[in-house]
Amino acid sequence: MTFKYQSQAVAMPYFIAAIGLFVAQILFGLIIGLQYVWGDFLFPEIPFNVARMVHTNALIVWLLMGFMGAAYYLVPEESETELHMPWLATLMFWIFLVAAALTVAGYLLVPYATLAEITGNDLLPTMGREFLEQPTITKLGIVVVALAFLFNIGMTILKGRKTVVSLVLLMGLVGLAVFFLFSFFNPTNLVHDKFWWWWTVHLWVEGVWELILGAILAFVLIKVTGVDREIIEKWLYLIIAMTLITGIIGTGHHYYWIGTPEYWQWWGSVFSALEPIPFFMMTVFAFNMVNKRRRNHPNKAATLWALGTAVMAFLGAGVWGFLHTLAPVNYYTHGSQITAAHGHMAFYGAYVMINLAIISYAVPILRGREANSEKAQVVEMWAFWLMTVSIVFITLFLTGAGILQVYLQRFSDNPLSFMVVQDKIELFYWLRFVAGVGFLIGLVVYIWSFFIPGEKTAAEMPAMEAQGSERGAVEAAAG
Amino acid sequence: MAQAFTKEMSRNIFYGGTAFFFLLFLALTFDTHLALPERDNRAALDPATERGQLIAQGKQLWEENDCIGCHTLLGEGAYFAPELGNVYTRYGSSKEAIMGFIKGRPKDGIPGRRSMPQFNLSDEELAAIAEFLQYVSEIDTANWPPNIQG
Repeated sequence: MTFKYQSQAVAMPYFIAAIGLFVAQILFGLIIGLQYVWGDFLFPEIPFNVARMVHTNALIVWLLMGFMGAAYYLVPEESETELHMPWLATLMFWIFLVAAALTVAGYLLVPYATLAEITGNDLLPTMGREFLEQPTITKLGIVVVALAFLFNIGMTILKGRKTVVSLVLLMGLVGLAVFFLFSFFNPTNLVHDKFWWWWTVHLWVEGVWELILGAILAFVLIKVTGVDREIIEKWLYLIIAMTLITGIIGTGHHYYWIGTPEYWQWWGSVFSALEPIPFFMMTVFAFNMVNKRRRNHPNKAATLWALGTAVMAFLGAGVWGFLHTLAPVNYYTHGSQITAAHGHMAFYGAYVMINLAIISYAVPILRGREANSEKAQVVEMWAFWLMTVSIVFITLFLTGAGILQVYLQRFSDNPLSFMVVQDKIELFYWLRFVAGVGFLIGLVVYIWSFFIPGEKTAAEMPAMEAQGSERGAVEAAAG
Repeated sequence: MAQAFTKEMSRNIFYGGTAFFFLLFLALTFDTHLALPERDNRAALDPATERGQLIAQGKQLWEENDCIGCHTLLGEGAYFAPELGNVYTRYGSSKEAIMGFIKGRPKDGIPGRRSMPQFNLSDEELAAIAEFLQYVSEIDTANWPPNIQG
C-alpha cells in the first residue's frame, strides 16, 4: 500500500526537519536544566537566556513544521485531489528551514544585542519579547511562508472535496497566521505591549492551535478506527466549540497582574476554569472512537500516540492549567516554577504528541507501507512511554519546586529572596534534570525506531490478527 | 441522543459560540483600553519629556539584551532570575543601586553560581534601563507581587 496522491510526499521533509529541531530543542533544554543547578555551565559562551531561546524557538518552529507537514499530508487525501502547487510547498520548506537555521546560528554566534543591530531591529522593534525573540526579518519570513502555505492549502481545499476536518484545519491555520501579526505590535507602553502579546501567544496555544490539534486528531482517528466520519466530525465541532467558548475569554487569566482592570480576575478565573472541558471531551472522544473501531489498523503505535495526546493534553493543559488559573491562587503562583511545570506537560501533551501521532501514522505510508514492522512499532511504543513518563516526572519535580518556591518566597511570614529560595530547592532541579535525561533517552529510542527495517510481511499478518487480547485491554481501559 | 443531536447542531454551536464570545472579548478589550489610562502610568511615557525618552530607550535596551530570557517582568518571562517589576522598590527606590548592580557583574561569571552577564552598557544606557524599571514599578498591578521579594 502506498499513499493516494503523489503530492502528499512533500510532507516528508517537513516531518524530518521537525524531528531534527525536536532534538535541538531537547539538547538545549538539558543545557538550561543543568544551568539551573550548575550556574556557570557554559558561561559566558552560552548564557541561560540564549540557550532558552533556542529551546523555546526550536519547539515553536518544529511544531509549525509538523503542522505544515500534517496539512500537506492530509489535505490532498481529504480533498481527494493533488496539492495545488507541490513545488511551492517544497520551496517554502527550504526557505523556512534556512531561516530557522540562520536565526538559531544568530542566537548562538553573536550577542543578542548585536543580532538586533545587524538585523535592523531599530526600524521595526519586535525582538526581545518572550517566544517572539526572532529578528524582525525572520518574523517577516514566517509571514511569507505562512501566506504561501495557506494559499497552497486553501486552493487545494477549494478545488476538491470539502470535509469538516480540512475546514477546521484551515480555520486553525488561518487563525495562526492572523494572530501572529500581533507580534509586530510593540508599543512603549508596557501594559499595551503585554496585552496584545497575549493575542499571539494565548490565542495560539489555547485557541487556534487547538483547532489544528482537533483536526489532525480527527483525521488520525478516522483512519485508524474506521469509525463513521459523521460521528467523528460531530465530536470535532463540539470539542472546538468548547475550546473557543472557554479559551477566548480565558485569555483573561493572563490579565490579572499586568496593569489591566481587576474585573479580569473574574472573567479569567471563570472561563479558564472551564478550559479543561474540551480536553476532557477529547479524551472521552478518542477512547470512544478506538472502542467503536470498525477495523484493526496494523499501526498500533499511531493509535497509541492519538490516545496519548488526548490524555496528556487533558492532564497538562487541563489539570495543570486549572491548578493555578484561579486568580486568588495565581496571585501566589504567577511566574513561578508552577507555570513552568504546566508549560512543559501542556506543550508535550497537546502539541508534541499530536505531531508525533500524525508522523507515526503518515511516515510509514509515505515510505510505502501501511504500518511499520512489529519490532519497529514496539520500539516506538517504548519511546512513547519513556518520553511520556519522563515529562510526567519533569512536571512533578517542577511542581514540587514551585510549591516550595511559592511558600518560601511569597506565602510564609518571612519571605526569602529569589536566589536564596533557588538554592533551597536545588534538589528538585537536579531531579528534573535526571528526568530530562530520561526524555532524551526516549527521543533517541524514538529516532532509532525509524531505522528498524522491514515493512509488515504477509507472514506477520496472521500474528496481528491473533492479538485479540490487546483489543480487550484497550476496551477495559476505556471503560 | 446520537440521533437527536446532529452534526449541524454541533456546527452551529461552534460558529455561534465562537462569534458570540469573540465579540464579548472585543468588548472587554475596548473597555480595558478605556480603563488603562488610570492604571498604566502612561504619564511617565510622554515623549516630549526627557524621562519619556529615557523610558522608551530603556525598554528597547531591555528587549535588545533579551532580559526576559532570564527574568520575569510583572511575572512574565523566564524563571531563572528575580522578578524585576518591583526591583526599583526592592532596591530602596534607588536607580543608582540598579545601575551599580548591572555595571558590577563579573565578566566571567561566579564559579559554580548563576550570574548575570556583563553587558558593557554605557552610563546613559544604564540610566535608561533604571528609568524604565522605575516606570514599570509604578504600574497598578492589582497589588502583585505579594511582597517585596517578587
